[in-house]
Amino acid sequence: MIINRFERQVILPGFGQEGQAKLKQSSVLVIGAGGLGCPVLLYLAAAGVGRIAVVDGDVISQSNLNRQVLYGEKDLGKNKADTAIRYFQEKYSDIQWTAIPEYITVDNAQAHIFHYDLVIDGSDNFPTRYLVNDACVLLKKPLVYGSIYQHEGQVSVFNVGSHPCNYRDVFPNPPAPQEIPNCAETGVLGVLPGIIGNLMALEAIKVLSGLGKPLSNKLLLFNSLDTQFQELEIQPNPASQSAIPTSWNEFHQRDYALGVEGVQQLTWNEAMKLMGQEVAFVDVREPGEEPPLVCTGLVKVPFSTLSNELDRFEEAEEILFFCQSGARSQKAAQLLQQTYPDKKIFSIRGGINALKS
Amino acid sequence: MPDRIRLKAFGMLAEKIGADSLEIENPGSSETLRRLLLEQFPALQPLTFRMAVDRKLIQAETDISAGQEIALLPPFSGG
Repeated sequence: MIINRFERQVILPGFGQEGQAKLKQSSVLVIGAGGLGCPVLLYLAAAGVGRIAVVDGDVISQSNLNRQVLYGEKDLGKNKADTAIRYFQEKYSDIQWTAIPEYITVDNAQAHIFHYDLVIDGSDNFPTRYLVNDACVLLKKPLVYGSIYQHEGQVSVFNVGSHPCNYRDVFPNPPAPQEIPNCAETGVLGVLPGIIGNLMALEAIKVLSGLGKPLSNKLLLFNSLDTQFQELEIQPNPASQSAIPTSWNEFHQRDYALGVEGVQQLTWNEAMKLMGQEVAFVDVREPGEEPPLVCTGLVKVPFSTLSNELDRFEEAEEILFFCQSGARSQKAAQLLQQTYPDKKIFSIRGGINALKS
Repeated sequence: MPDRIRLKAFGMLAEKIGADSLEIENPGSSETLRRLLLEQFPALQPLTFRMAVDRKLIQAETDISAGQEIALLPPFSGG
């Protein structure tokens, strides 16, 4: 018998050379190389999936390092997809690696997802989760879903089996932006996404190799505080099918960004045209969020302290808010509009992420 | 058996309710339960959540019988 790096899994009853060959012939697209994506990648790579691509437009910041275990101090400010791929290329030359250092959007989703056998959703926001779900439904691609909130996680496998479910069968529509905690304010112990990410890698290996029973038509819930797992049965929901675009044309036209009611949004280009003397240009990100934006006249008011500093905006006639993804800046705009109903207040769509891609 | 049910709340719902597990009198149906919950815990009103009866996610109003376990499930987006 030839001894190779997969020997210990090849001798497993039920997996064997056959399971290994299936993994080797498989390709996986990992969306998001963050808290979930890092452990997913570590174990899919070690297991010998033949072709792995990583999509992430984000850069590494210091506050990522408690859970995004592929990165270290020297990686701050670098793109996550590029950095993750470099790390793996040195370790496993038998895998075909692709870095896609951009965010997944309605324009690129079809082209990226089409080329892979299975998609892993390790993203960190609802717009991306719904976008990825809908694209995978349109392409009938197996999708391994995992997400976390504080000490809890959810895992499922979509678009697999004879009566497959997808994310919209569980939650037909995204919650309102007001319901969602700010991305910079939700705490997490690194080990939680580690556990959920490992469960996601396990589900991917099961779907690809045919081993065991994947979590299709099931939603697994985990609570790290009392170490409890619970499984819920889910089934296709005809009512939620109507929320999914029926064609690529419809998909391309869909605006997945969560809009806060009454808040006017501008693109960066539109915002640039407004810049001037009487316009306050405000970064509401917390200190340490990467990359910093350097420009004259920029005011930094972290969202966490904004409500105590409303009087700083008394003089401005127009106010332009931005943050990392465009969610907090909408809440900021809403808050300021309530205080100053007569001022023109805008939020920049997509935030810094939109500027990078 | 007294006509009671067990609620299990997940994520932000447990924070708003103040407990992740709760025994209450059986309201008889999922919609009555939802209405009672929103009345008793107004902080739940703006929140999206789904319910599971005895570990099955429900898609329409469902009768609840004594001793059943109802899970209250919010969407998570973190990663």
